[in-house]
Amino acid sequence: MALRATYREAAGVTVVDIGGRITLGEGSALLRKTIRELLEDQRTLILLNLADVDYIDSSGIGELVSAYTGVKNRGGSLKLLHLTKKVHDLLQLTKLFTVFEVYSDETIALRSYR
Amino acid sequence: MSEDSKHLEVTLETQVESVNLAEEMCLRVAEAAGFGEDDCYRIGMSVREGVINAFHYGNEERPEKKIHLALDLTPEKMVIHVLDEGRGFDLGSVPDPLAEENLLSTSGRGIFLMRAFMDEFKVIPGRTGGAEIIMSKKLPPPGSPGTNGTSHGAAPKQES
Repeated sequence: MALRATYREAAGVTVVDIGGRITLGEGSALLRKTIRELLEDQRTLILLNLADVDYIDSSGIGELVSAYTGVKNRGGSLKLLHLTKKVHDLLQLTKLFTVFEVYSDETIALRSYR
Repeated sequence: MSEDSKHLEVTLETQVESVNLAEEMCLRVAEAAGFGEDDCYRIGMSVREGVINAFHYGNEERPEKKIHLALDLTPEKMVIHVLDEGRGFDLGSVPDPLAEENLLSTSGRGIFLMRAFMDEFKVIPGRTGGAEIIMSKKLPPPGSPGTNGTSHGAAPKQES
């Protein structure tokens, strides 16, 4: 399934709802493009809602890390919301749980930016 | 190769689409062989990572080079070979992606994932001068919870 991404504003944070597979090629490229657009628009508080992302490969992991560091370098903050089991396990395996702030409740996630 | 073994070989172009194609092909074989959902996920991911490695690092995304994918299905295990036409590489020189200094690296997790998801994993010099990744997964015993209900070697179920 191709990746799709839409974004919305909530409590001063840009919530990006992503669905599909973040993999080498179009999936990774769309995530990169979305983050670039948000940063160009001075939106640096970003919450990636991965509820509908059922698959990420190493390229997708690399793109998530790139998004995280890109936002952080601009003085912002990128956090993750609603991981599926496969994505959760993959982030745990690659020790990226120690890097990303991960939430399972959107309200609590939004409050964490204050 | 014994009579109980099956062999499948395909030559792929050095392009992004080959990654999905290889994954889909191996998944069909794995499902037909009786691997359960979790093992199929691990096999599919490992094949993706092997072909990404050949595409990006081995063949350096050069379209005139090929990626050679081979599958051997024996009564005991599924063996996957991914061979590129690059310059080869030394496994020992691959950085550990779990090391503190590499956690924020945007690449270098493919080998780690293949090692984690497969039962056996090695890299040898390939016959084309590049690297050959060889990895395998043991077949689950017939009827075990890890199987998808089909018997080993059975054809994929047809949807009615």
